[in-house]
Amino acid sequence: MRKTKNLIAAFCGATLLLASIHAGAAPKTLVFCSEGSPEGFNPAFYTAGTTFDASSRQIFDKLTAFKRGTTEIEPGLAEKWDISADGLIYTFNLRKGVKFHTTPYFTPTRDFNADDVVLTFMRQFDKNHPYHKVGGGKYEYFNSNSMPDLIKEIVKVDDVTVKFVLSRPEAPMIAHLAMDFASIFSAEYADKMMKAGTPDKFDFEPVGTGPFQYVAYQKDAVIRYQAHPTYWRGKAAIDNLVFAITPDPSVRYQKLKAGECHVMPYPNPADLEAMAKDPAITLMKKEGLNVGYLAYNSSIAPFDNVKVRKALNMAINKQAILDAVYQGAGKIAKNPFPPTIWSYNDDVVDDPYDPAAAKKALLDAGVKDLKMKVWAMPVQRPYNPNAQRMAEMIQSDFAQVGVTVEIVRYEWAEYLKRSKEKDRDGAVLLGWTADIPDPDNFLNVLLSCDAVGNANRAQWCYKPFDDLVKKAKVVSDISERTKLYKEAQVIFKDQAPWATIANSIVFQPVRKEVVDFRIDPFGGNVFYGVDLK
Amino acid sequence: MFVYFLKKLIVVLPTFFGVTLVAFVFIRTLPGDPVMLMAGERGMSEERHAELMAEMGFDKPVLVQYGLYLKQLAGGDFGTSIITKQPVLKEFAALFPATVELSLFAMIIAVFFGLPAGMIAATRRGSAFDHTVMTGALAGYSMPIFWWGLLLIIFFSGILGWTPVSGRISLLYYFEPVTGFMLIDSLLSGQAGAFSSAMSHLILPSIVLGTIPLAVIARQTRSAMLEVLSEDYVRTARAKGLGPLRVIGLHALRNAMIPVITVIGLQVGVLFAGAILTETIFSWPGIGKWMVDSIFRRDYPAVQGGLLLIAAIVMIVNLVVDLLYGLINPQIRHTD
Repeated sequence: MRKTKNLIAAFCGATLLLASIHAGAAPKTLVFCSEGSPEGFNPAFYTAGTTFDASSRQIFDKLTAFKRGTTEIEPGLAEKWDISADGLIYTFNLRKGVKFHTTPYFTPTRDFNADDVVLTFMRQFDKNHPYHKVGGGKYEYFNSNSMPDLIKEIVKVDDVTVKFVLSRPEAPMIAHLAMDFASIFSAEYADKMMKAGTPDKFDFEPVGTGPFQYVAYQKDAVIRYQAHPTYWRGKAAIDNLVFAITPDPSVRYQKLKAGECHVMPYPNPADLEAMAKDPAITLMKKEGLNVGYLAYNSSIAPFDNVKVRKALNMAINKQAILDAVYQGAGKIAKNPFPPTIWSYNDDVVDDPYDPAAAKKALLDAGVKDLKMKVWAMPVQRPYNPNAQRMAEMIQSDFAQVGVTVEIVRYEWAEYLKRSKEKDRDGAVLLGWTADIPDPDNFLNVLLSCDAVGNANRAQWCYKPFDDLVKKAKVVSDISERTKLYKEAQVIFKDQAPWATIANSIVFQPVRKEVVDFRIDPFGGNVFYGVDLK
Repeated sequence: MFVYFLKKLIVVLPTFFGVTLVAFVFIRTLPGDPVMLMAGERGMSEERHAELMAEMGFDKPVLVQYGLYLKQLAGGDFGTSIITKQPVLKEFAALFPATVELSLFAMIIAVFFGLPAGMIAATRRGSAFDHTVMTGALAGYSMPIFWWGLLLIIFFSGILGWTPVSGRISLLYYFEPVTGFMLIDSLLSGQAGAFSSAMSHLILPSIVLGTIPLAVIARQTRSAMLEVLSEDYVRTARAKGLGPLRVIGLHALRNAMIPVITVIGLQVGVLFAGAILTETIFSWPGIGKWMVDSIFRRDYPAVQGGLLLIAAIVMIVNLVVDLLYGLINPQIRHTD
């Protein structure tokens, strides 16, 4: 172990030296002040963005990919693909000449091929696979995207062709394969580690085809990577990438100002103004792929009455919330997903802010002196920077229409657990950030009948909506899917299971010497394509 | 002395056993569970939740889980983190030296400044110096660590540029840890500038972490010294014509040190608690931050193992303190 670690240190030093000799200049090192420690380096096991930043987004590639800084899908390790007419068979033609990382602990003897794709997915899919239980055997994103039911089999046709056979059509399938859990691992490395009796190392000392290769991790302190010299898209402009783990946002800002890091995530809203004025910093911003909402429990009176829900929606002053809670960093949401997702129906008219009309509507619905609970999250999330404050503002708004609100708080894990219960008492503040740029990821995951008692916090099961969303999931024609989703948004607005609050804007400060960093719409941090001047 | 030591050790063992129960029960009383946290806003079905809880062994009755845990502990196995999949002992061992290094320097600062400040304040009771020390101690004790740390960073690192912002060493230096103590490892690495970088990174966090113990030690020393200085034997020593340094340093201080050593020993526990905030602010990769993360993630084995190991260390420190009493004042070990 000590020998390997010494080799790693020597390798790092030698590579830096070689890079500087060949480049004729000092190696470029970009430092990212990460907000937390990764849980591990195999993205298939985990669901946290912090972990994906440290693993899938630097070390690995997937069959398909999102074009940098966008939600547009492009070929990844698969050069092209064919979908059968019935939507059940996906045939991927794999890219040739893609090299895995050569590290002190593994030297590949072959290029990427179909065996690697089969290993990656069969490990998660097949409970009898030799690697399935290694590392605990929990593949949450694979499971929560219903992959075990969806995938019938994965077939290696030849070294450069793989076929996925599905049990039912799934329109978002290509987008699913661009997700972090679908990162492609090396089958050769897996075999080697199994034969050596050290299968755990396969996950702790990762090997991928991605633009950066793993060098070392000093727990809770620093992660080091270096550019993959033979990356198939071309070597990264920066030679070394360092994650300096810095949990406090104020300290991250100080480090950015001092030049101790180049890029940082999740700035304090209170620091944004100063960052915008700082000549050494560029404050980038982008609309987030998220929505913050207040979900009524539509299975319990009086919230089972759509007129009551619509009335309460009219009582909420969204602009005031945007100004006070989001400090202007957002847009008022009228639909259940943000405008940046295709099929957004801009023709939908939001519920107007009209307390007088709201009061009248409540009385007309036979509701007087209503007492209700509003649940406020105890944590800051990308879609809601201050749920307590938001709940207080809603409490005040509802008081004006004769509704008394009690604000309820639970610790985050408990909040998540209790808020999904079917008999939950009260409306809950929550939100969602997209996994994939597909309306299905919002409408089906959060509002379908299947999700009642789970992610569907409104406990709302409305057949006309559900039928549309289920149909859109299996139709492959994009224009037809668009039509179905637009109709679904109209129904959503009419039925009002939520009060949609806002789509937040994501801010990311970078130092001026950073070139071409792009904010990832999914909240990730991608450093391929970034340079330093 | 050996009998005295044995008597102290006998008390420690049942205490440790009690701590295993507290550590085990505490994390399970917290709402939520690791599986729900993993699922996040997406959630999961009850069946899947039950399946995962069963796979992790959390579906068994609590007493059964506790019994299995004790059996595991008896074999020296502190469990495996359900998040990182690494042995808890390995994670603790990797991070503990960082906390020790920080705590040691914090304690050095606290004792180095707190003891003399308290002594001088006692000998100059009622003076401007005395009032300054006591006011400063009160302020130091009352200041929130988070605020104090940020303030120092903004002033010394941000405005003056005298110290680095956070971390244990500049990112320019890369070497594998040998002991886990950055000052030692930086010297062993042979890299020019590494040691001074490690030292400069230690300054601010040590000051922040050492502030509360410094305040407590200063006040306790002053209080103990005042009591001792009014004793007959001190008056006799003065009357015999002994110099003030000899009276205070040899006669008074030795007796005043008993309660001060108690306080220093107790401050070890305070340091571990304070380390959590200091480590977060200064991105110091120690066990304090690790424990907080493990609690938030409901990483049961890590929390249990971490609590036990920390409790064991605190107990050992207090055992050493008890032994020191016996050395400083032989009357205590004969009485006990």
